[in-house]
Amino acid sequence: MPGDAAQIRLGQNADEDSLRAFRAELGLDKPLYYQYLNWLFNFLQGDLGMSLSSDYPTIQLISDRYENTLIVSLLTAAIGIPISVILGIIAAMFPGTIYDRILTLGSVTLVAAPEFFTATLLVLFFVFFLDIGSAVVVGGIEGKNIFQLLAHFWLPVMTLCFVIASQLIRMTRAAVLNVMSSPYIEMAILKGIPRKRIVIRHALLNSIGPIVNIIALNLAYLVTGVIVVEVYFGYSGLATLIVQGVQTRDFILIQALGMIFCCTYVVLMIIADVAAIVSNPRLRHPK
Amino acid sequence: MRKEDKEFTEHYVAEFSKQVSFDELPDAPPSGKFRLSLTGKIGAIVVIFWVFVAIFGQFLAPYHENDIPFPDDYMEFQPPKPGAILGTDRDDRDVLSRLMYGASRTIGISFAATVLAYIVGVTLGIGSAVLGGRFDTIVSSVNNIFLSLPTIMLGLVIVAAVGSTIPILILTAGLIYATVVFRLARAIGMDVKVMDFVEVSKGRGENLWWIISKEIWPNVRMPLISDFGLRLIYVILFVSSLSFLGLGVQPPMADWGSMVKENLGALQYGESVISVVAPAFSIATLTVAINLIVDDVSAHAGGKLTKRL
Repeated sequence: MPGDAAQIRLGQNADEDSLRAFRAELGLDKPLYYQYLNWLFNFLQGDLGMSLSSDYPTIQLISDRYENTLIVSLLTAAIGIPISVILGIIAAMFPGTIYDRILTLGSVTLVAAPEFFTATLLVLFFVFFLDIGSAVVVGGIEGKNIFQLLAHFWLPVMTLCFVIASQLIRMTRAAVLNVMSSPYIEMAILKGIPRKRIVIRHALLNSIGPIVNIIALNLAYLVTGVIVVEVYFGYSGLATLIVQGVQTRDFILIQALGMIFCCTYVVLMIIADVAAIVSNPRLRHPK
Repeated sequence: MRKEDKEFTEHYVAEFSKQVSFDELPDAPPSGKFRLSLTGKIGAIVVIFWVFVAIFGQFLAPYHENDIPFPDDYMEFQPPKPGAILGTDRDDRDVLSRLMYGASRTIGISFAATVLAYIVGVTLGIGSAVLGGRFDTIVSSVNNIFLSLPTIMLGLVIVAAVGSTIPILILTAGLIYATVVFRLARAIGMDVKVMDFVEVSKGRGENLWWIISKEIWPNVRMPLISDFGLRLIYVILFVSSLSFLGLGVQPPMADWGSMVKENLGALQYGESVISVVAPAFSIATLTVAINLIVDDVSAHAGGKLTKRL
């Protein structure tokens, strides 16, 4: 990928003079630190700048595209997280059983596989074997209610659900089992309390902190996992916008999107830390 | 008490009442010999197979990666048939040959990047654990800044800024993952540093190099080795994802990630899907196999790595 935004917009055959003029127009002739500080100064005032690869304001490009990304992420979070957490807790309730082993083996396999492998498996199974739906997400989302949206995005949502489930199940199971090995649980076992009651009343409450932490980490992961899925299923969203930005050398757009993705990531991390403190009284009152 | 509850009780009580010898303590140094379990062996066989393909694949491949096996009969996405057992791709090239050429790039780039991440991360990590003070503060804070960014975003931005050639890919992936290795190496180094035998050797007046190579390194070796496998998986996924997005290995060079991307059309138009399935499946078998080995090794390496962070 040679050249800069001006070169790419004017094409390979552009002569030096017009390139120079166009660079000046876009502000690319200034030194890099000046360009960046200028952008940062405007950014802090809420101005995301003009896109270099098209003459639209960056904010408009983003507002045209953010809906798909947001909807897919929210649907995945709403469906994937409760199911995986519950499956993880059940696995921790029956450690060593066949159910636990299948779940652990499945998540070990999926956690190491790339997103597009999971997506390919799903497409092969549903689209080619069962002949349901199509391998691309087509059509708009205007005026659709939540169920129609789910039907619209079911393949990307399902892929991401599998991807985050593989992490969540493993980590939830580990978090609950970690609490299960503490002395007060041993005490409860010795008192003869039934297993279900021990897990639900005694262990679960103390593992809420770690579990919330895990959920926030996985949501942060969704932010990046969504990029591959959007390209795979070929619908437009913020992630495809950033790939386009890279291909057209549109630094203003990349910086704006990078800032948005990273802020989301940092906010989720802060939520995870706060949740850990809120759920654990010992962290709330440090000695 | 029901039977299953009784088993459950025994399961946990046994954990505590069992006599634990020093060698079984979670932080004990691993004993020299251990054997892979069945899953570990399967993983090892698959990994050896792919390493073989990566090294010799381009000499054994039936065609060059950009050759067209049937010049007289140009048609994209031909189904498997004699002469092209995995069919042909979007540009009618032999999928098997591209897969074999791509293996060396995907595996080679990832391996080189992981080695780089380890050289940089371990040197700086153990260095700042040993030196401490201002050096540690500066390196750690720079590291934390990079650690707070999502990896693929960081990769995209770097590739956008400096372009995408193979050396740059290795450098990018290596430096991004060096941040994680740094944290791990520093945490482990900190752990070991305060142990008595290190204090003793310090008191004896040994120099820094001796302390690092003879006192600390033998104790941090096993956890780092099993983490190496895990990191390799993440780097393979990272590099293939970048290639999948069209920003990694550039066409016409073959690479597993970009092969999936190139042939996505086959899925969308319902053509011969093997051109997409083969590279995606190759990545998955490789990473899952490495994961099986890592699981096996880390069970023997003593202690959970994540707990040290």
